[in-house]
Amino acid sequence: MAKYILKRVLMAVVTLFIVICLTFFLMNAIPGNPWLSEKTPSEATIAALNEKYGLDKPVTVQLGLYLKDIAHGNFRNSIKMQKDRPVLDIITSMFPISAKIGMIAIAWAILIGVPLGCLAAFKRGTWVDSLLRVVCTIGISMPGFVVATILLFLLTGGIEGLKLFPTAFDASTWKSYVLPCAALGFYPMCYLSRQTRTAMLDSLGQEYIKTARAKGLKNKKIIFKHALRNALIPVITYLGPQVAFTLCGGFVVEKVFSIPGLGRYFVMSIQSRDYPVIMGTTIFLAAFVILMNLLVDLLYKLVDPRINLSKGGN
Amino acid sequence: MAEKKHQKVLGSLQPDVEDILSWNDLPEGSFEPASTQEKASFIQDRKSVSYWRDAWRRLRRNRVAMVAMVIVILIALFAFVGPFFVPYDYDEQIRGANNLHPWHYSLEDRAAQDPEAAIEQARQEAAAEGRTLSRLEEAQIRAQIKAGGASELKPRLFGYTDEELQRKANGEFVFPHVFGCDMHGRDIMVRTMVGARVSMIVGICCAIIVLVIGALYGSVSGYCGGKVDAVMQRIVEIIYTIPEVLIILLLSATLKPILENFQNSGNGPLQNLVTILGPNLISIFIAFGLLYWVTMSRIIRGQILQLKQQEYVTAARALGAKGGRIIRRHLLPNCIGQIVTTTFLQIPSAIFTESFLSFLGMGVSAPMTSLGSMCSDALGGLTTYPYRLFIPAIILSVMILCLNLFGDGLRDALDPRLKK
Repeated sequence: MAKYILKRVLMAVVTLFIVICLTFFLMNAIPGNPWLSEKTPSEATIAALNEKYGLDKPVTVQLGLYLKDIAHGNFRNSIKMQKDRPVLDIITSMFPISAKIGMIAIAWAILIGVPLGCLAAFKRGTWVDSLLRVVCTIGISMPGFVVATILLFLLTGGIEGLKLFPTAFDASTWKSYVLPCAALGFYPMCYLSRQTRTAMLDSLGQEYIKTARAKGLKNKKIIFKHALRNALIPVITYLGPQVAFTLCGGFVVEKVFSIPGLGRYFVMSIQSRDYPVIMGTTIFLAAFVILMNLLVDLLYKLVDPRINLSKGGN
Repeated sequence: MAEKKHQKVLGSLQPDVEDILSWNDLPEGSFEPASTQEKASFIQDRKSVSYWRDAWRRLRRNRVAMVAMVIVILIALFAFVGPFFVPYDYDEQIRGANNLHPWHYSLEDRAAQDPEAAIEQARQEAAAEGRTLSRLEEAQIRAQIKAGGASELKPRLFGYTDEELQRKANGEFVFPHVFGCDMHGRDIMVRTMVGARVSMIVGICCAIIVLVIGALYGSVSGYCGGKVDAVMQRIVEIIYTIPEVLIILLLSATLKPILENFQNSGNGPLQNLVTILGPNLISIFIAFGLLYWVTMSRIIRGQILQLKQQEYVTAARALGAKGGRIIRRHLLPNCIGQIVTTTFLQIPSAIFTESFLSFLGMGVSAPMTSLGSMCSDALGGLTTYPYRLFIPAIILSVMILCLNLFGDGLRDALDPRLKK
């Protein structure tokens, strides 16, 4: 087990390193520079600015310097969007909002999606099952922005007299969180309930369920104690990538509801070539996703001791 | 007799042979020789059913998948053939059509609304009677129209500009703006068609790229095994954990200008290809292809690992076939069902990603359009022009839904073992 954890952590570090290098080269390959705005600065100004921020050196040297800086915990300062504000400061002020929405979204997706999946599996073949299947198939076919914009239109005043939620985001009221979280959690909810249904059907057909039933156990106990526990294993595997997906959905939801979150800021930083911000947010988000994947993998092992991960992990 | 048999079976394990023996007592002449014709028809020739025909037969029975297929074909027709029938271009700005609604008020209705016209008419009538219209009467007519007119104005289907309405009144055929026009006066229906076309092209091309890279990588990794496989799988694992959305966003931002430079650099066949497809589309293909082949390669590797243990592979190897030939001739054709299904399901997922990129403003760039960027454009005037969002959003969702449903049906048809 210790060997496995070590191996996984090493892999995670290597992945992060590759992401950093890849981002650095890609970012520098984007033509244009951060200094372009409405009025084009003169050649001399650009040269001076480049020199000031070390952009005149070859890319590999820049990368080396950057790696050295982040090894010391210095993520540099923003050079354009919020000039001279430390990137770490920007991230720590914006991430909590994104994280809050993402966590609530995932939480409701699990709390509703898993029971719905169980219900569909248990009522297999009835109208409940068909209805849930239709809803979930539609749910996983609608891109996040469609769900988000439709919710935005319907519930913030698009329909006469139906203005339940505020249009402008305000972090202090809970009402502003309802729609973004609902939109963000809809896809994972549908996906989870589909996954749970398949897994539940699989485990309800197992022999030990028959045994439990033969022993006279109550339905409730069979479902929750015997079937669901085993059905949850494939569901947990899915949670790791889901965190990443929620993150990417977060970009869209933050744009639609104009939430000052990290995802939106990342997209904006690419568009305005604010190099330190691009690097900082990429590293932060990538590290977050990689860490989540790692945790889920370890959790997987903990939940299901039968899985022998040291053999290639497949 | 049946009862007797039943009892025997229940009572003992010994078979009941008594009446079987009597079966052999046949009357004379109970057999006659078969004619040649009978002999010929005895061995009935049935056409051998090929794999694809068999799959098609199964697919045809799946009603959901067939409906989905019809809808996908309809959307494809809408996207690829539709623009030929509409006389407008996706980037053509029609004069006077800014923010045109998908409905119009007919000229007659509006004329009835216009108090000046009514007064003019009344004045003419009065002149015919030989008197002038008094101020009081004019005011009366005005008040009448103001009071009762607003409710009379009935919206008619489809949008027309004023100029087009005039031309239509003159007996000309004017193609209507079925979904109205956007803020720059561009026909939304044509834009939806072009957007759906972009989505479909992206989906298909990305799926093909993913197929080629994934099949090559997966089959080599699976066939070679051992150290090669271990190294290749570590690479796959690393790519798997990379947060792809971040990299795709960066990649598409990077590749677009590079390709534009390349496009302007000369006049070779490659440059022309870039011009035809558009640099932003190609950058999406590359970004997508570079990251999404991982799943495909894993599936193919798994299949190949199973298949390469089969006897026919050993036989081929014993006959001296090289690895490449074995993969091409024996292994890949045997996992064709999996490959086709995975490739097909890649199409909706690519469309999904493309619309996401375009929505964030990182996909195709103006004046080219896509369903995602149309939705993004519609965000601004959502309360006034909700249909501008709903039309592309519905088409996009229906397209992805039907592709998913059809892909599921395809999987059941091509690989019935997987069906639950």
